[in-house]
Amino acid sequence: MLELKDVELRQGSFQMAADMALDGDTKVAVIGPSGAGKSTLLMALAGFLHPAQGAIVWSGVDITKAAPKDRPFSVLFQDNNLFPHMSIMQNVGLGIRPSLRLSAAETTRIHGALEAVGLTGMGARKPAELSGGQQSRAALARVLVQRKSMLLLDEPFAALGPALKVEMLDLVAKLCAETGAGVLMVSHDPNDAERLCNQAILVAGGRAHAPVTTMQLLNNPPAALRSYLGK
Amino acid sequence: MAYRAQQLNFPIPSGFGLGAAALVAALILGTLGVVAWNAPDAGRLGLSDWVAVRFTVSQAFISAALSVAFAVPVARALSRRNFFGRGVLITLLGAPFLLPVIVAVMGLLAVFGRSGWVSQALELIGLPPIPIYGFHGVVIAHVFFNLPLATRIILQGWAGIPAERFRLAAQLGFTSRDMVRHLEWPILKRTAPGAFAIIFAICLSSFAVALTLGGGPRATTVELAIYQAFRFDFDLGKAARLATLQLAMAGSAAFLAFWASKGQGGFGKGLDRATQRWDGATRVARMSDVAFILIASLFLLVPLCAVGARGLAALPDLPISVWISAWLSIKVAALSATLAFLFSISIALTAVRFAWVESVGLLAIAASPLVIGTGLFIVIFPFASPQDWAMVVTACVNVVMALPFALRVLIPAVQDVCEGYGRLSLSLGFSRWAMLRLVILPRVRGPLGFAIGLAAALSMGDLGVVALFAGTSEATLPLQIYRLMGAYRMDAAAGAALLLAVLSFGIFWICDSWGRRDA
Repeated sequence: MLELKDVELRQGSFQMAADMALDGDTKVAVIGPSGAGKSTLLMALAGFLHPAQGAIVWSGVDITKAAPKDRPFSVLFQDNNLFPHMSIMQNVGLGIRPSLRLSAAETTRIHGALEAVGLTGMGARKPAELSGGQQSRAALARVLVQRKSMLLLDEPFAALGPALKVEMLDLVAKLCAETGAGVLMVSHDPNDAERLCNQAILVAGGRAHAPVTTMQLLNNPPAALRSYLGK
Repeated sequence: MAYRAQQLNFPIPSGFGLGAAALVAALILGTLGVVAWNAPDAGRLGLSDWVAVRFTVSQAFISAALSVAFAVPVARALSRRNFFGRGVLITLLGAPFLLPVIVAVMGLLAVFGRSGWVSQALELIGLPPIPIYGFHGVVIAHVFFNLPLATRIILQGWAGIPAERFRLAAQLGFTSRDMVRHLEWPILKRTAPGAFAIIFAICLSSFAVALTLGGGPRATTVELAIYQAFRFDFDLGKAARLATLQLAMAGSAAFLAFWASKGQGGFGKGLDRATQRWDGATRVARMSDVAFILIASLFLLVPLCAVGARGLAALPDLPISVWISAWLSIKVAALSATLAFLFSISIALTAVRFAWVESVGLLAIAASPLVIGTGLFIVIFPFASPQDWAMVVTACVNVVMALPFALRVLIPAVQDVCEGYGRLSLSLGFSRWAMLRLVILPRVRGPLGFAIGLAAALSMGDLGVVALFAGTSEATLPLQIYRLMGAYRMDAAAGAALLLAVLSFGIFWICDSWGRRDA
């Protein structure tokens, strides 16, 4: 259970409030007009922006002040998810042990993760030698070995073509089904939200609204979302 | 949405950088304090002091003005012509920065000296030779070193004009005059003052050029006067007076340079990529461009070729003392490279968190090697023989001299890494050392290699503080060359100069290519 208790986020003159609770194993889309604060909400959860007030609670434990690495989330950013000077193996290995001093068992785990995302035998390559889709797969392999409870996606697949993006969303769904992890995904495409997430949070007008089912939100959008969707 | 870096506490070690910056500041200001403390009557400036100041300022002003004035047409020609060898020529423009002063001086003497090629040509048509010693020589040498620097700074400004502008200008039918008015002048207005200020500051602190081509009461820079006061008269009061004066002059010039070059990039990346331009197609424009590129190339290359040719012939017969000196210089350069690595990376890491730490680089621009040297001499003298410390002091002083340039390339590189990968590293939970070892060092290796190579090459070719410290027996290679020249053994000096040039560029190349390897 993830709870945001009277959270208020401030960045310069920007301000937004969030007060909600959601199950830790659900897949939730974060939808709203650009500039409304979708990414801000995600970054606050990940620990890169401290709330001006309120508390973030995970399974009854207050994680408002916890360091990013100590939170139950793995994160995929819009870009720079892989270190270009490291091999794919090393990039995935960072998810287990950032010092990269890995045991044989841990190396086996990396191979397993690469296999799960369809990158068998590509561990020795550098990110630049991979296609955009393969790079996303490598980042997902790292998420897999991190074994965190919830995955935060800040539009990491935005640069991919429509077919590849669908492929990635399906891969995320598959991995989450295997590990039981939840997903919180920022998206500006309602189709993505519908495909992956059964619930959705609307971020608009300085407020992150409590989650409702995605269908309900998209079929019956409030005014702020309606103009954004063009309906 | 952009997140300001200050909000995040990146896992990078920053304590060492504070220590390193404090050490550099202590070295620069502490030595000045020591000199002043030991000067009984530091207040009064004599007539000869003012003569030195006047010479220093006037030669620096003329050198900077000539360098920039000549650089403008050369840079313009390079920016609008695309010819075979352009890339090589632009790379060569970066070379004088690493070239040991003594090597260039030998080359200039071979061309402009009393028996040099130009003087002989002038004699043929019945004219007196150019007086190379004194004011003229100092200015010629300074233009030799700084014309390429000015050309690169100005060229870099123009290279920043987007190709679309030139296409639009061609479409609108801009004449050469319109080009100047709408495109070239607005950029030049920003780059030229910065170039002037930097060169002025560099020439103010000139020591080796003045030592070899100047001298005498009428051609002495303040730095040279400090050396003479200390080495010949052991007049600490006078040395302290001059040291204070030097720091005040160099400090204000450095501040001026910093202010005038604000917002300009470092060392001209991507200059070898010529933007296609459609202007300057007239016959006059083409001929003047060719002439300027030719004159500049000859001015820079002929002296070097002269040393190279004479040195190559003398190389087999080099006295053993030259080889001993070369080995000593290599050791100094290696020490300097190690220190440069430790200091520049730790200060750059700290600058991500405390931006003000970067200002230690500004202090280093103002620093005078001779002042630092004098101060260290006084400190070391009671405890040990300063001669034994000559090599360490030379290495340290050159690390300080290279620091502003090193920080200028390293700090933005470290900042880029933190901005690009800081959040990912935080979410993966890197420790400080893992972050340094796995992320920062591999990603800033390019600029780091450049910084280390610069410090190593500068100390390899340094003829400054070592002249103050060295005894009669041991000598670094530049000092050995100076002594050979003093003994009129010009062939041996040319051979040693060639060796020194090869070593200086070689050590820079080794460090720089370490930085570029599988980058």
